[in-house]
Amino acid sequence: MHETTIDLKSFENLKALAGSDFISELIDTFLADTPAIIQQMHSSLAAQDVDTFRRAAHSLKSNAASFGAGALTTLLQELEQLARENKLSEIRNQLQDVEEAYGEAARALKEMRT
Amino acid sequence: MKSPQEGGHFLVVDDNKVNRMLLAHSLEQLGHTIDTAENGQEALDKLRATEYDLMLLDIEMPVMNGYQTLEACRKDITLREVPVIMTSSLDEIDSVVKCIEMGAEDYLTKPLNATLLRARVTASLEKKRLRDQQRKLFRTFVTAEVAEELLTKGLSLGGKHVEASVMFTDIRSFTAISETHDPSVIIELLNDYFPLMFEAIVSHGGTVNHIEGDGIMAAFGTPVFRENHREQAVRAAVQMLDRLQDFNQRQAELNRVQIKVGIGIASGRMIAGYTGTEHRATFTCVGDTVNIAARIEQHTKEAGRPILIDRNTRNGLPADILVDALGPFTFKGKQQPIEVYAVQTSK
Repeated sequence: MHETTIDLKSFENLKALAGSDFISELIDTFLADTPAIIQQMHSSLAAQDVDTFRRAAHSLKSNAASFGAGALTTLLQELEQLARENKLSEIRNQLQDVEEAYGEAARALKEMRT
Repeated sequence: MKSPQEGGHFLVVDDNKVNRMLLAHSLEQLGHTIDTAENGQEALDKLRATEYDLMLLDIEMPVMNGYQTLEACRKDITLREVPVIMTSSLDEIDSVVKCIEMGAEDYLTKPLNATLLRARVTASLEKKRLRDQQRKLFRTFVTAEVAEELLTKGLSLGGKHVEASVMFTDIRSFTAISETHDPSVIIELLNDYFPLMFEAIVSHGGTVNHIEGDGIMAAFGTPVFRENHREQAVRAAVQMLDRLQDFNQRQAELNRVQIKVGIGIASGRMIAGYTGTEHRATFTCVGDTVNIAARIEQHTKEAGRPILIDRNTRNGLPADILVDALGPFTFKGKQQPIEVYAVQTSK
């Protein structure tokens, strides 16, 4: 399953950078920290704090790209752009998709951690 | 200089924990020591407290972002020299360009690539160490002002016409001294003598261009122009004689050889620039003014006066510097006679 969720070339690149031993620790940190970032996306959206929202999306996108979570990266890229354009209602519609894509990426990464 | 293989002390600045951990860990594996900061403000606090060889700086951060941090560093004379590599996502490339224009050394795009990370970090570290070494070396020969100009504008091998003063200094009867003393005595003598002279030259805004044997060639008013270059050159010469008197006193106490010097100064238009190759270059001045300064210096022995100057130099001196006109002299290789003046010294 994870072959489609996680781009293996990107994941190998990350391994080369971090070393195989460290990658599990990195995945654990990602899995531990991301729920708070998603929570921040929700709360900043509710408070119409578009700048905080954009930074949170940008930050999560950076990690998603590092792990090779392609679908999640693309979604967050779109959200970051929508935030720049101040399109809050469109963001609201897509936030659910982000959570689903993250859920899938998280499952795949858990399987891949050694 | 530390070898490029030797690890550096880096500051990794990123608000994202995974990015911070990843970068810190990768760099530690390459043998570097890493501190981290979560935003620009924290980075500035750390930069002010510790000396770093390199900062890896994220752009998008809360509290203080990458631009603001970079700007604050450029404005702070103590932080200006720390090289900065921007770390950003590919879609921030416009921002990266802005950062490079603001003085960032290089950039890396996230997701990071292991090979690129190593290459860019090593290159930056090497450059930084070379700059540190150059700065140290420059400061021995030139004013801090000139050193900074060289370091920021770089060394372009090309000349320009300038108005400046040139000074030649030689130790009298040096050949005889070196023939009658042990070589180690001579080298020790020169190593005690040169720093005293350099200090007098550099503290008056001069630049030491060459040392050849016992001789020193120095320029005033170039590469950075100073209106009072003639006065500065003469005041440097007077101070050199003062220093020499102290030097000789110490030499006498130690029962060592004492020396006399001759100093010749000429002012006017000349060509100044860096000559050589990119690997070995020297700042030099050429032209008739330079030849006149050399001839005048040689004339000090005959004239029995330690500091001789030409008319152009004399015309730029304030009233408190007294000179005696020695008259026109025709020097070897010169068609026109040169008016020579001796600077009055208390000795």
